[in-house]
Amino acid sequence: MLIKKPVIALALGLALAALPVVGSASEAGGLLQAARNDVSNVASLQRGARNFVNYCLGCHSAKYVRYNRLATDLGLSEAQVMQNLMFTGERPHDTMRIAMKTEDARHWFGTQPPDLSLIARARGADYLYTFLKSFYLDPTRTTGVNNTMLPGTAMPHVLWELQGYQKAVYEGQSDAAHDAVHKKFTGFELVQKGSLTPQEYDQFVRDTVNFLDYIGEPVQLKRQSLGLKVLAFLAVFFLFAYFLKKEYWKDVK
Amino acid sequence: MSALPESKPTRLDALVSWIDARFPMTRFMKEHASEYYAPKNFNFWYYFGSLALVVLVLQIVTGIFLTMNYKPSAAEAFASVEYIMRDVEWGWLIRYLHSTGASAFFIVVYLHMFRGIMYGSHKNPRELVWIFGMLIYLCLMAEAFFGYLLPWGNMSYWGAQVIVSLFGAIPGIGESLVEWIRGDYYISDITLNRFFALHVVALPIALIFLVIAHIFALHEVGSNNPDGVEIKKVKGPDGHPVDGIPFHPYYTVKDLVGFIVFAALFSCVLFFAPEMGGYFLEHANFEPADALRTPEHIAPVWYFTPFYAILRAIPDKLIGVICMGLAVVAFFFLPWLDRSKVKSIRYRGWLYRGFLIAFAISFLALGYLGLQPATPEATNAARIFSVIYFAFFILMPWYTRADQTRPVPERVTYDAH
Repeated sequence: MLIKKPVIALALGLALAALPVVGSASEAGGLLQAARNDVSNVASLQRGARNFVNYCLGCHSAKYVRYNRLATDLGLSEAQVMQNLMFTGERPHDTMRIAMKTEDARHWFGTQPPDLSLIARARGADYLYTFLKSFYLDPTRTTGVNNTMLPGTAMPHVLWELQGYQKAVYEGQSDAAHDAVHKKFTGFELVQKGSLTPQEYDQFVRDTVNFLDYIGEPVQLKRQSLGLKVLAFLAVFFLFAYFLKKEYWKDVK
Repeated sequence: MSALPESKPTRLDALVSWIDARFPMTRFMKEHASEYYAPKNFNFWYYFGSLALVVLVLQIVTGIFLTMNYKPSAAEAFASVEYIMRDVEWGWLIRYLHSTGASAFFIVVYLHMFRGIMYGSHKNPRELVWIFGMLIYLCLMAEAFFGYLLPWGNMSYWGAQVIVSLFGAIPGIGESLVEWIRGDYYISDITLNRFFALHVVALPIALIFLVIAHIFALHEVGSNNPDGVEIKKVKGPDGHPVDGIPFHPYYTVKDLVGFIVFAALFSCVLFFAPEMGGYFLEHANFEPADALRTPEHIAPVWYFTPFYAILRAIPDKLIGVICMGLAVVAFFFLPWLDRSKVKSIRYRGWLYRGFLIAFAISFLALGYLGLQPATPEATNAARIFSVIYFAFFILMPWYTRADQTRPVPERVTYDAH
C-alpha cells in the first residue's frame, strides 16, 4: 500500500493535468487558430450578420434564428433588418430558412449543407475560424478545393473572391524503407489574390464566426449579466444567513 | 419560551388546532423538524443530504416547466429544446437549471454517499437508511439516462444506443430484451416516447417515495455523526439526547448557509459556463440525432464514466456488463461487508483509511478514464483501478476486522464557537 498510493496519486495528477489539452486538436491534426471573437462587440455582430446573409444563407439555413430577435440583440430596428438582411419576402418573425430543397442539395453537393444555428456550439468558434481560412487548391476535388480542417469537404470555397486562392505547402520527407514520401503540412501560400488583404479577410471571417457564435446561443450576454446580479444577491443573502446561524448556534454548548 | 405570558389563542392557533384534530400536522412538524434531535457535531460533509433534497425539488419544478414546451417526438424534440432556449420567456434559464441540476445532483449525491462510508452511516442500525439511499441512487441513474435521450441530440442518440445494446450481452434473451426496451429495431420515436414517460412520470414518483422512506428510516434511528457515536445512549433529564439539538431551527439555519454557498457555485456554472467545457452539455449534442452518423467519440456524461471505464476495461462484453452492474450493486452490501467495531473513520486504523483513499482515487481515475478514448494505456490503467475498486469491497470483511481501531468516546467531540 505504501508504495502504491503515491503512484496512484501521481497517475491521477498526470491524468488530470492532461485534461484541458484533450479535445483541442482538430480531426485533421491541423492546428486550431484562436478566433478571438467577442460576442459583446455589436458592430462586429452586425458585420457578421451581413456576411452571413450574403455568403452563407444561400445554402445554409439558421432555422432557429428569428429576424426580429436579431434586430433586438444587434441594436437594429426591424426596418433596418428588413432592408439589409432580408431579401426574399420573409416577415420579421420568420426564422432564417432557405429555399434550397434537400433533394437538390443532395444532387448538387452530395449532402445537405448543415443548418448553422448551433454550429458554433457543436464545433467551437476556433474550429469555424480556422475552417474558413483553410481552403486550398486541390485539383482532385470536384470543387477544385479541399480543406485541412475537414478533408474531403463538399463545401466549395465560397469566399474565394475575398480571400483569393491559396495552396497548401508541404515539407517532403522521403522514406526509402517504405518507398513513400511523408508529407508534413507546414502552411498556406496565397497563389491568387482576392479583393481583401489577408488582414481584412481575417477580420471578415472573425466577424462571421462571431455572428455564428452569437446565434448558437443568443442569450449568452444577458445570461452573464444576470449571473453577476444573482451572485451579488447571494453574497448579501449569505451575510444575513451566516449571522443568523451564528446567533442561533450561540446556545449550542 | 416559558417566560412569555400566556396569550389568548389567535385565529391562526384556532386553525392549527382545527387541522390537528383532523390531520397530524403539528405532530409531524415536531417529529421531523422542531423535535427531531440531530447530533450537534455535524461538519461540512453533512450539508449534502439537505442539498440533495433541494436539487430534487429543483429538478422536479424545472422539469414541470420544461414539459410545457418540450415535444417528445423524434421529429420535433430537438427543435422544441431550441424553441425553449430561444423563444420561450426565461426558457433558457429553466433549461440550464435542469441540465446543470442533473450534474449537480450527482456531485451532491456522490459526496453524500462518501460521507456515509467515511463515518460508517451504513452500519447497524442504519442499514435500511443506506439501502433506501442506494435505491434512490439507482433510480437517479435511470432517471438521468432516460432524460439524456430527450434533447434528441446526436450524443443522446448514440449514448442511448450504446447503453441499451449492453443488455444484448445477456445470453439467450439479450437481443429480444434490447428490442423490448427500445420498442423498435433501433432507437426511434417510440423509444423517445417511452423514455419520456419513464423520465417524467414513473421515476420521479419512485424517487419521491424512496426519499420519503430514506428520511423516515433515518428519523426512526436518528442521524449518525462524524464521531459515529449513538447520541441516544446519553439522555438528559428531559429525555432528549444530551448531544442532540432540534433540527429546526439549528440545522435549518445552518443548512441555509450551506445552500447559499452551493447556489453561488451552481450559479457560476449556470450563468458563466453552462456547458462546463462539454462535460455537462456535450458538444456533439448540439447536432440533432442522426442514425447514420456516429459521433467521433461516444462517452457517457461524466457521472456514469467510472462504470463505463470498468465496462471497457474488460475484454469480454458479458463479463464487462456483469462487472459494471456489480460495481453499483456492491454498495448495497456495505453494511454487511464492513465488520469493524467502530463506525467513524476517526477511530479506524490506517488499514481502512488506506483502502478508502485508494478506492476514492480509483473512482475518480475511472471517471476520468471513462471520458477518454480507449487507448491501450488507458485500458490498462482502467484495469488496475478496477481491481482496486473491487478489492475495496471484496477484501472489506478482512481488513475491517484486522484494522487497528481506537476507542470511541462516550460523547461526541464538539467545540462551541
